[in-house]
Amino acid sequence: MATFYIDDKAFEAEDGENILKACLSLGLDLPYFCWHPEMGSVGACRQCALVQYRDEEDTRGRIVMGCMTPVTDGARFSLQGEAPKEFREHIVESLMLNHPHDCPVCAEGGECHLQDMTVMVGHRDRRYRGKKNTHRNQDLGPLIHHEMNRCITCYRCTRYYQDYAGGRDLAAQAAHDHVYFGRHEDGTLESPFAGNLVEVCPTGVFTDKPLVNDYTRKWDMQSAPSVCNSCAVGCNTLPGERYGKLKRIHNRYNNEVNGYFLCDRGRYGSAYTNDESRPGYAGLRNKDGSYDAIQSSQAIKTVADWCGSDKKVAAIGSPRASLESNYLLRHLVGAENFCNGMADNESQLVGRIQEILRDGAVSTPSIRQVETADAILILGQDVTNTAARMALALRQSVRNLARQMAADMHIPLWQDEAVRNLAQDRLSPLFIIATGATPLDDVAEQTLSLSPAEIARFGEAVTAELNGTSASSELDDQAAALAKRVAEALSAAENPIVVSGTGCQSLDVVNAAASVAHALKQDSRMLSYCLPECNSMGSSLLSNQDASLAELGERATRDDIDCLIVLENDLHRRAQNDQIKALLENAGQVVVLDSNVTATMSTANLVLPTTTYIEAAGTLVSSEGRAQRHYPVYLPTEERQPSWRWLLQLGQFLNRDGFDEWEHFDQVTAACAADITALAKITEASPSADYRDHGLKVPRQSHRYSGRTAMLADISVHEPKQPVDDETPLAYTMEGSNSKDKPGALLPYVWSPGWNSNQSLHKFQSEAGGALSGGTAGIRLIEASGSENIASSKTDPDPLPDGHWQLVPAYHIFGSEELSAQSPAIAELIGIESIQLNSVDADRLGATDGDLLHIESNGQSLQLAAEVNDSIASGCAAYRAGLPGGHWIAPNCGATISKAKPGGDHA
Amino acid sequence: MTNLPLTANINDNRDAVDMAAYEANGGYQAMKKAVLEMSPADCLQTVKDSGLRGRGGAGFPTGMKWSFVPMENVSEGHKYLICNADEMEPGTFKDRLLMECDPHQLIEGMIISAWTLQADVAYIFIRDEYHLATRLLQEAIDDCHAKGYLGKGILGSDFNLEMYVHSSAGRYICGEETALISSLEGKRANPRAKPPFPQISGLWGRPTIVNNVETLCNITHILRYGPEWFKGLGLGEDAGTKLFGVSGRVKNPGCWELPMGTTVRELIEVHAGGMEDGYKLRGFLPGGASTDFLVEEHLDLAMDYDVIAKAGSRLGTGTMIILDDKTCVVGMVKNLVEFFAQESCGFCTPCRDGLPWTAQVLDDIQLGKGRPSDMQTLTDQARFIGAIGNTHCALAPGAMEPVTSALKYFADDFQAYLGGQAAAAADTQDGGT
Repeated sequence: MATFYIDDKAFEAEDGENILKACLSLGLDLPYFCWHPEMGSVGACRQCALVQYRDEEDTRGRIVMGCMTPVTDGARFSLQGEAPKEFREHIVESLMLNHPHDCPVCAEGGECHLQDMTVMVGHRDRRYRGKKNTHRNQDLGPLIHHEMNRCITCYRCTRYYQDYAGGRDLAAQAAHDHVYFGRHEDGTLESPFAGNLVEVCPTGVFTDKPLVNDYTRKWDMQSAPSVCNSCAVGCNTLPGERYGKLKRIHNRYNNEVNGYFLCDRGRYGSAYTNDESRPGYAGLRNKDGSYDAIQSSQAIKTVADWCGSDKKVAAIGSPRASLESNYLLRHLVGAENFCNGMADNESQLVGRIQEILRDGAVSTPSIRQVETADAILILGQDVTNTAARMALALRQSVRNLARQMAADMHIPLWQDEAVRNLAQDRLSPLFIIATGATPLDDVAEQTLSLSPAEIARFGEAVTAELNGTSASSELDDQAAALAKRVAEALSAAENPIVVSGTGCQSLDVVNAAASVAHALKQDSRMLSYCLPECNSMGSSLLSNQDASLAELGERATRDDIDCLIVLENDLHRRAQNDQIKALLENAGQVVVLDSNVTATMSTANLVLPTTTYIEAAGTLVSSEGRAQRHYPVYLPTEERQPSWRWLLQLGQFLNRDGFDEWEHFDQVTAACAADITALAKITEASPSADYRDHGLKVPRQSHRYSGRTAMLADISVHEPKQPVDDETPLAYTMEGSNSKDKPGALLPYVWSPGWNSNQSLHKFQSEAGGALSGGTAGIRLIEASGSENIASSKTDPDPLPDGHWQLVPAYHIFGSEELSAQSPAIAELIGIESIQLNSVDADRLGATDGDLLHIESNGQSLQLAAEVNDSIASGCAAYRAGLPGGHWIAPNCGATISKAKPGGDHA
Repeated sequence: MTNLPLTANINDNRDAVDMAAYEANGGYQAMKKAVLEMSPADCLQTVKDSGLRGRGGAGFPTGMKWSFVPMENVSEGHKYLICNADEMEPGTFKDRLLMECDPHQLIEGMIISAWTLQADVAYIFIRDEYHLATRLLQEAIDDCHAKGYLGKGILGSDFNLEMYVHSSAGRYICGEETALISSLEGKRANPRAKPPFPQISGLWGRPTIVNNVETLCNITHILRYGPEWFKGLGLGEDAGTKLFGVSGRVKNPGCWELPMGTTVRELIEVHAGGMEDGYKLRGFLPGGASTDFLVEEHLDLAMDYDVIAKAGSRLGTGTMIILDDKTCVVGMVKNLVEFFAQESCGFCTPCRDGLPWTAQVLDDIQLGKGRPSDMQTLTDQARFIGAIGNTHCALAPGAMEPVTSALKYFADDFQAYLGGQAAAAADTQDGGT
């Protein structure tokens, strides 16, 4: 630590830290623009000026930039002196020369860092009399609105987009005071992390387009801590609501998970919650096949009749539903009658993964820990398209070589440009072995496209290299050489990581990844698996060995299911259509609980309308094994209820064991924790409903929620009583306490006097860029117990019969996930269903781009357009996984493919 | 031995000196001596002893600059020598003369410098408009390859050096050494923050030295004739000779090699032939457009770095722009500020936005639309933009030097406009060069 002086007062900070970050960490207000805690310093805006004095005698000093000046022991600065204050005011005055002052019509207004800094420096009267620059704005696609005239040229956007996120189609163009930040031409921004520009831009150049189109000011939004349900990473979010509609999602800082950034699926993928076709009332199917709305109490009674003690009841849970809902359903019907709701193969994979992570010796890292990796092997996973936020972390980990080089040269790591210039394009080694190209390939040392079985065998070859056993693999020379190189790089690293997942739908790949990780010698080795859905891990921990879908199908065929309850699950995404059709037809009564219309819901005898995760509390377990709680942002309308409440009411009506003791959400969580050992700690994910922050509940509305008394004034001038929230520590009011030191899991918004934008976050952190003062949200449930012998695998070469193709899933961040694909902005980016082959394989079929191919697999016939993609492993055909209305394809079955004749018959 | 070594080979027709003629005059002897007989450390000591200071404008001692390049325990990879031939300072045309007339002099200096630094790759980063020089330098490099002066195993030693001519994309800021490096890497020509200095982390993150054309040309002669001889060339405190230039309303504008320490008066009155008839000298920018005005009282100052600095300006490139009594000071300063505003890379706020603002105020003043408060605005701009450290690089502080000094010496000219006496002010024609 160094002791330094600001305006003659002594402070302490870490030696070598930059003085801007030190000031913010100490709670001192020093205005800035271009600096970002995650992106470091470049010294572009010159806003964070202080005066530095040589010594005590020096009374003049010189202007220095806080972000570019290291703290040293005894250093003396002036923050509040006339000279630095005048300079900072002059910078804002200069920045405002060309700014349009269009705050009243700007989507950033009220949460604008430029507004805050302008007020902070005290600039008011403009002296410049010249004309302002006018730029042409671009159409950047459905997610981002562009308004270049507001730009203050801080370079944060391109530093984030290019340098941090690896995007290539947004750049600083032109020079002097005509610098333009945009694309080479109009068009959708390519990076799946583009949405972060909305929060990175300190003013209104890049704003949230869906929000702009249905606008509400920050102060009029009600928000609550939430957890993204778009994938298994578990990014923390802050959804904002007004008039019963989700308006936007902002990042909620969690230093161990998402840090400052989300992916676009997470940011824009929850608008399905606003879908007007969502069922609002319980519906009973009538003779015509349409639904009659019935009273909720009537619905409970009806289901209860179908589930009486004399009835054979089965239930299917869901990896996208909360632990609480899944737990109650399982408890209601009994474990032997409960299926966790995953595809059978997937359930087996996730089950094996949690076994490896729990019983093995290698720990699974948080996203932040992933960033520490200095050698990376990705085995069979398109990380960007399945666990996007982790891919963004891996983009940072390949820069650890640069950090090491900088440290060796005594260049501070926050000197962002200097670190980049020193290392140039030298990166820590990343190897990607997958079935085709992935968006991380540009930072990989080497990539290799192989079939899933070959990927597993490649992993086994790496393991053999690491173990020093002779690699008797049947790999070709190129793959064998690469396996050697991978083993060498992983062994030489300080923090090696193996990343894999369920992407190949292959148990062999999962096992091979575990064997590589376990063959590493370093204590700091890491093993991470990307899982398919937001609660895949939770579902598996809750219900690994219960009934499979196939078993339920069999039972239904035997007329052994009188009533089937389906929780938040479209079964058509879990098994082949014929299998699901048979199950639903053969089960007596089908009850579906869900928020949005699905193909499964459309076959139900009774529908119970549920909330989305935005409107409900729930606990989810991420792929890291971190249990996290999301809270309702606003109350559901009509008769919608969280699934757990429907199920609680049903259990109580049926007088089932335990249900009488439970009334509140927390009791359900506690019961689940008490019942399921692997979930014992979930009660610690977040404080319970009785938590009070300085004696008060935590408000969902900001202290400037000005509209509350006016928003319904067209109906009644009497302000309605604010709803009471008995289920959570949060309140649907402006009143309460949002203090810095309450638990991080309860942060409903960031706002601090003088800091209206999201930059106010540092007021809630233990230090700028550090953990939240009240602690990091969530609790890890999985810690490796230590067995080195968890993993061994030996994959058979070529598991498919001759002449068969290996069908492999191709994931896309937009489209492969069920619910986000129903959000209008995301729906625009989905693309079309196709089957991808490399050109050699396409030639074998005599097919070119766009030709219709006939595919036979596991008794299912499909026709899909060919798409030539030379990165696809030979012998493999990649289909778009999970598209709305697309086909579910049985894994590892092999397929025959032929060119379809015009008219539809196959050759 | 000559007293004017840089131009010794250059005749009045400015014919380019080819390899044969260059060697006939003793060319490449210094290179041979350095590479074959002297260690890099000996060469460095020689350059240090010579007292040579950078001729690009900043006047930093060359030997000291070089001494920061790591010579031992260097990680594997290239070291780079870059010749800054991106001569774009308004009023400056000295490097062009050296490159167009005696390209081998530069290349020999670069080979010696690269040997001294143990650099194995050299670039000549040249202003795009210098087509003739670009062609001649490339021919000279080719000739050197043919002779074994460049390439692998130079003169049979184990010293390797590849040399490339790189035409600049044509921005003034590329002359700033770190912006030059960014540009050479194919990036936006934005300057870089220092530290780290290019000697440690420069081109492609490797140790790099960037020197001006004239600086590198001097190396040849320092190695050939020795440091004592070089020091003896200067008349005053600085060593060697310098290419000085004069432009503006003088009888004989041009560029001459003269000893360091030659007086301003001698430059203007003797070499430039004095003011044109009907024009009187009001002031001069001693070292290019980004230096402070000096005035008549400074005519007898020696053109030495510290002497000019003490008088409140900079020797800069040593190429002087004259302000006469019929040129509008406000217009001239506005013209210069507009140039620099246009050439700002757009990275930091004071430069990107402060310079156009300053130009706009000067424009208003000259058009008679100024307000008395504009003087305060200009003073503020000078204070906030004009200090090194307030901005990301030295462009904007340099750009403000003519403004600051014009306010000091010619405040009445500004006041005349502000007092509504625009018509009465000398001549409203735009100034500048």
